[in-house]
Amino acid sequence: MKKNLSHKETMAIERVKMPEQDPRQRSRNFQEVNLGLTKQQAMREAQRCLQCKSQPCVEGCPVRVRIPEFLEAVAEDNMPLAAHILLADNTLPAVCGRVCPQEEQCEIVCVRSAKSGPVAIGYLERYVADWAMQNPDKLLKQDRPEPSGKTVAVVGSGPAGLTMAGELAHLGHQVTIFEALHETGGVLRYGIPEFRLPKDIVDAEVDRLKKIGVTIECNVIIGKTLTLDDLIRQFDAVFIGNGAGLPMMLNIEGENLKGVFSANEYLTRVNLMGAWRDDLPTPIIQGRRVVVIGGGNTAMDAVRTARRLGAERAIILYRRSEAEMPARDEEIKHAKEEGIEFILLAAPLEVLGDDKGWVNGLRCQRMKLGEPDASGRRRPQPIEGDTFLLEADVVVNAIGTRPNPLLTSTAPNLGLSAKGNIATDENGATSIPGVFAGGDIVRGGATVILAMGDGKKAAAAIDNYLRKPS
Amino acid sequence: MFEVLENDTLAPNVHRLVVRAPRIAKARKPGQFVIVHPQKGGERIPLTIADADPEDGTITLFVQAIGASTLKITGTPPGSSLLDIAGPLGKETDIENWGRVVCVGGGVGTAVLYPQAKALADAGNEVTTIIGGRSAPFIILAEELGRFSREVLITTEDGSLGKQGFVTNALQELIDDPLRCPQAIFAVGPVPMMRAVCELSRPYGIKTIVSLNPIMIDGTGMCGGCRVSIAGETKFACVDGPEFDGHQVDFALLMDRLTMYRDQEARLVEDLPESLKGKITKVKK
Ligand SMILES: Cc1cc2nc3c(=O)[nH]c(=O)nc-3n(C[C@H](O)[C@H](O)[C@H](O)COP(=O)(O)OP(=O)(O)OC[C@H]3O[C@@H](n4cnc5c(N)ncnc54)[C@H](O)[C@@H]3O)c2cc1C
Ligand SMILES: Cc1cc2nc3c(=O)[nH]c(=O)nc-3n(C[C@H](O)[C@H](O)[C@H](O)COP(=O)(O)OP(=O)(O)OC[C@H]3O[C@@H](n4cnc5c(N)ncnc54)[C@H](O)[C@@H]3O)c2cc1C
Ligand code: SF4
Ligand code: FES
Repeated sequence: MKKNLSHKETMAIERVKMPEQDPRQRSRNFQEVNLGLTKQQAMREAQRCLQCKSQPCVEGCPVRVRIPEFLEAVAEDNMPLAAHILLADNTLPAVCGRVCPQEEQCEIVCVRSAKSGPVAIGYLERYVADWAMQNPDKLLKQDRPEPSGKTVAVVGSGPAGLTMAGELAHLGHQVTIFEALHETGGVLRYGIPEFRLPKDIVDAEVDRLKKIGVTIECNVIIGKTLTLDDLIRQFDAVFIGNGAGLPMMLNIEGENLKGVFSANEYLTRVNLMGAWRDDLPTPIIQGRRVVVIGGGNTAMDAVRTARRLGAERAIILYRRSEAEMPARDEEIKHAKEEGIEFILLAAPLEVLGDDKGWVNGLRCQRMKLGEPDASGRRRPQPIEGDTFLLEADVVVNAIGTRPNPLLTSTAPNLGLSAKGNIATDENGATSIPGVFAGGDIVRGGATVILAMGDGKKAAAAIDNYLRKPS
Repeated sequence: MFEVLENDTLAPNVHRLVVRAPRIAKARKPGQFVIVHPQKGGERIPLTIADADPEDGTITLFVQAIGASTLKITGTPPGSSLLDIAGPLGKETDIENWGRVVCVGGGVGTAVLYPQAKALADAGNEVTTIIGGRSAPFIILAEELGRFSREVLITTEDGSLGKQGFVTNALQELIDDPLRCPQAIFAVGPVPMMRAVCELSRPYGIKTIVSLNPIMIDGTGMCGGCRVSIAGETKFACVDGPEFDGHQVDFALLMDRLTMYRDQEARLVEDLPESLKGKITKVKK
């Protein structure tokens, strides 16, 4: 089909628009916002790919998905092949197709960006992954690897740990994942909401790993139930992907008032514990005026959740300007469409409460931007004397997270950075031989795909380590 | 899945469960707790590990049904299973040889106290135990605690067992007696009781350790929902506690935060069938 198009015809195709739920409707439900491409849309979009020899998009992808190859297969309506190519490099494509910042990775370098916009690689990744999920019987058979007889323990079932497990299983190693919570997925489960990443997608990706022989044990907290030393003794190698799940506190007056949440608690109640559903017992405070402090993906997820739980006004309070917001463009756009208000260049000074111990507002400081700081973003500075009051019956703190010392504090030989992250070399090797680490515990709060890239790289290093004659 | 091997009733709506959990039984230290997620879609409920048998791979829990979720747990018959149990969580009790210690338990808190008291006695302390409750049926574990306590003093609000009054009356008597005055006090029970014990001991400068029970989710330091204020500093009870120096605890804040979901929890209880409502004890706040 593709062959029939001339270059001019190819260039004339405009970038597809993702079909979405209507903002007014979706801001009151938890169903997925993006509806996915139709087959016609997907094939046509895939035809926009110029099959560049230099493949800048592949360079831009942290796990090096062979993008032009799978796009060509989609254009030719060869879905089994497209899925085969995609799955070979990406353990969690249905997740990545939904939450990866393609606009900063593969799409930003796409040669078509300049004129009519980059090929919608992310949308197509999602399309192929969803097809694969719905058509398991049509997938090309993958060879069962020779069992290596080696065992690997993986700590944490977030994207880093899941990727590690998938890669190692394909190499024939016997993998056991230990997860502290009662469900798998890490942030994919407890952090990112249903309307952006439906939980049956996470289930399906995890099930695929189980089918290729990965063992998953929930309710095991390394550092408490078992120690890192136990794992080193019982397994041939260990990978630590326990994330950076410790919420940073605001450290201002009134933070412990009722109705003030960390984003982790707020989102965990709603996502992991299902507080958004009428049929489950987990309670949540449904604010009428909800203020979320922060400007990242976490803040956007929390504020859009508040809106769906019924908030009349759901407000982002961020200390820099929109240009500095770390959240994905799509999230900011979707939030605005859903009626989220943005109060920029302002920071909280104090949480105010009523005589019953409930939050009722925030005292805020207006800010201006000064010189760039270490992150390259312009540093916010208070405008002396310029403060204001903001009414709120729920306040959510989404200013960031740090590594959780639960595991590392019980493993004195494990080398850490000054900030408490695990120190590794470029292949994920830690200071202890046979122990590797990756994802947010090494990088600090980063992204799904960087965690996956770490998992993939460390898997190759572990494979090397295990096959080395000792 | 974690099989319930035994489930018996100790006091009205207070059950003793023995559950198979080999890894936890092996790793657990006095003062630590587990989080029980009884069934898919349920809440995560923190419960102290009252005892453990590493050989048999079992742990013992004492559970008071005070709401819909604890009722799910007490209603699990032997042979059935609890879906998820995670632990052991929290710091272990700082067991020292203080000399003379008084252990004060109120209601189901007596069960939480039991492993601490035992460990304190094992470490060579002379342990005196005070148990308080509404009335005679609510006094639990007197015999078990008696096995290693020098004396067990019982107080009930209605005088149906032991002395009429509150645990603080009995504690005051001990403090006033130079031969029985403790070097340290361990108090576990309803928040108002722990606060009263701390107020009583503060002027005497007697070290008083309490075990705090804020609302929790993960129990691993990930959500901050369990935060308490200790000497003006915010701490996460699940990882920094649950035991703290009682003279530094902001009890008013703890009590207040425990009421956060009162309305929603009450609605869950209202929705229960009439036959189950009687199996829940209303807690005072
Ligand atoms: C609300 C929110 C929205 C986000 N949105 C996006 C987005 O749109 N796009 C994007 O790319 N990134 C996003 N991120 C960031 C991304 O989710 C993380 O960078 C990524 O999940 C990190 O993966 P990980 O595997 O390192 O850790 P995690 O996903 O944090 O997983 C760690 C796992 O380890 C478990 N664990 C922790 N300690 C222990 C222990 N001691 N023993 C056993 N198990 C343990 C945890 O329970 C968890 O399941 C978002 C993050 C948040 C919080
Ligand atoms: C570290 C720790 C150890 C614990 N150990 C034990 C134990 O060994 N045995 C035991 O029976 N309980 C113990 N608890 C308390 C137990 O977790 C709560 O009783 C339980 O979470 C209540 O759940 P529910 O849904 O049944 O009741 P809910 O419906 O949530 O609560 C019923 C009523 O009690 C109030 N309430 C909620 N949580 C608590 C609480 N933590 N303390 C007092 N009142 C509360 C609610 O506001 C509501 O009014 C412990 C708590 C912690 C934090
Ligand atoms: S850069 Fe764009 S056009 Fe070129 S191969 Fe990649 S997706 Fe196709
Ligand atoms: S229960 Fe979540 S941090 Fe303590």
